[in-house]
Amino acid sequence: MEEPTTRFVQGNEACVEAALYAGLEFFAGYPITPSTEVAEHLAIRLPQAGGRFIQMEDEIASICAIVGASLTGHKVMTATSGPGFSLMQEGLGYAVMAEIPCVIVNVQRGGPSTGNPTHVSQGDVFQARWGTHGDHAIVAMTASNHQDLFDVTVEAFNIAETFRTPVILLFDEVIGHMREKLVIPPAGKIPLVERLRTSVKGGVDYHPYLPREDGRLPMSDFGGEHRYNVTGLFHDMWGFPSNNPQVVHGLLRHLVDKIQNNANRMARYKEYYLKDARTILVSYGSSARSALHVVKNRRARGERLGLLELQTLWPFPEHIVREKCETAQNVVVVEMNMGQVLQLVKQAVDDPDKVFLANRVDGGLITPTDIRNILRLIQGKGV
Amino acid sequence: MARLRLVFSGSGGQGVITAAIVFAEAAVIHENLTAVQSQSYGPEARGGATRSDVIISDKDIHFPKVTQPNVLVCLTQEAYNKFYPIIRPGGLLLTDTRFVETARKVDARQRELPMYQTVMDQVGKPIVFNICMLGAVIGLTGVIKPASVVKVLETRIPGAFLEMNQKALELGVGLAESLN
Repeated sequence: MEEPTTRFVQGNEACVEAALYAGLEFFAGYPITPSTEVAEHLAIRLPQAGGRFIQMEDEIASICAIVGASLTGHKVMTATSGPGFSLMQEGLGYAVMAEIPCVIVNVQRGGPSTGNPTHVSQGDVFQARWGTHGDHAIVAMTASNHQDLFDVTVEAFNIAETFRTPVILLFDEVIGHMREKLVIPPAGKIPLVERLRTSVKGGVDYHPYLPREDGRLPMSDFGGEHRYNVTGLFHDMWGFPSNNPQVVHGLLRHLVDKIQNNANRMARYKEYYLKDARTILVSYGSSARSALHVVKNRRARGERLGLLELQTLWPFPEHIVREKCETAQNVVVVEMNMGQVLQLVKQAVDDPDKVFLANRVDGGLITPTDIRNILRLIQGKGV
Repeated sequence: MARLRLVFSGSGGQGVITAAIVFAEAAVIHENLTAVQSQSYGPEARGGATRSDVIISDKDIHFPKVTQPNVLVCLTQEAYNKFYPIIRPGGLLLTDTRFVETARKVDARQRELPMYQTVMDQVGKPIVFNICMLGAVIGLTGVIKPASVVKVLETRIPGAFLEMNQKALELGVGLAESLN
């Protein structure tokens, strides 16, 4: 087996390396701060790896291009930030409905609108969940360091292929831009999920939306051996539009169930000193770095503080949050928005009144001091 | 080793961000240390006082920004005026004699070196000013070896310019040693 490679890179470049590791073959995007380096590096690296890179006219075209390319049998990705992610919502919904594997990177910056382009935010958590219209389920993941970012990106491609779903990588400006060590594992170290293709021969009827016994839907490269229909309308097993109530009901349930029923399998998280923790910080992305800084310093002084770092945000791992926070006196959600994951944690735990928010929304990375100040207030020590 | 927090500041085009990246990469790839580098983006990074933060340690680094640097490098008067109040008491403040007039009101070791002038006299090309500064930082802190920086430069700089950069690095180290 070949040796691992050690690099010193930006988070956006770690994402590129992971996507190539996972077998990315096609990228279409429209560069936008703070995700630009994803496109910049892929423009060089993807053609070298035998793939195709296209800079599109906008984000609507970008997501449509990757959805089409995925249908033809290739692993695909696009990368953007808030304003571009807003434009991608229609295409994202189409990928959900037509069950097309794809990975969408959103390196979060301040919003709404063009907002605060060069500064960090975590304000798109609910946009990832409900940005596109209609009842549906979605997968969104994040990371707080480059090694985890690499692993989570590979996992995103694996989940996209396994469940025929778009997967959103919800990174943030700090992680995207900062440089730190990344060890790229040798090929084969992390298992990859390849496209499940139908065994139905050419000239024989192929039903693109007829699940196998295990619930998976084998695909046929579009434009290849089989003729079939793909639509954003509710559709039958042939892929043709249908408003038959049974078909509509069955498909919607399938779209939601295939994600929600596998929530535990998709739940990625890390825990630090939770066993005897009186106060638990819940955080994700770059905020989790500040939270971990506080936890490690306080533990050294004997304070019973712990951290639950979430890497899967959707489907939200509510059972894990409930279980981990059960015996804590206080839970503090550390995030850079006005309390998005806060709401989810409040819903997950038995006593919502023990959940507090430590946040920052001015474009600066939340600092250990910001968190310590909130802890003082909760502990009745004043400011 | 004690955790070292550095802020490199100057104006856009002086290469302070490149120097910070080269420095941190050398620590990680060739000295097996942990390092995190970040920088300011946007309008403030184009002209004005640009800034890059580096933390170096032999342990994990979580919070990646520097609020109080042990080492503060200022290559312009504007950067000096903006950042000198944040230096950690007892830290090291490095400035260039040509660009910065210091007010001598910080509780830190102040080192004013003629880095720009030395580069112009001995190399004749201002583009390696940043690498000379890096040599001085290494000479003053001893945190990594100059050879590690050279190894990184070899991967980042076209062969024709390598010697010039190496010379600038040595000049910086030499200037620092002249103070020790």
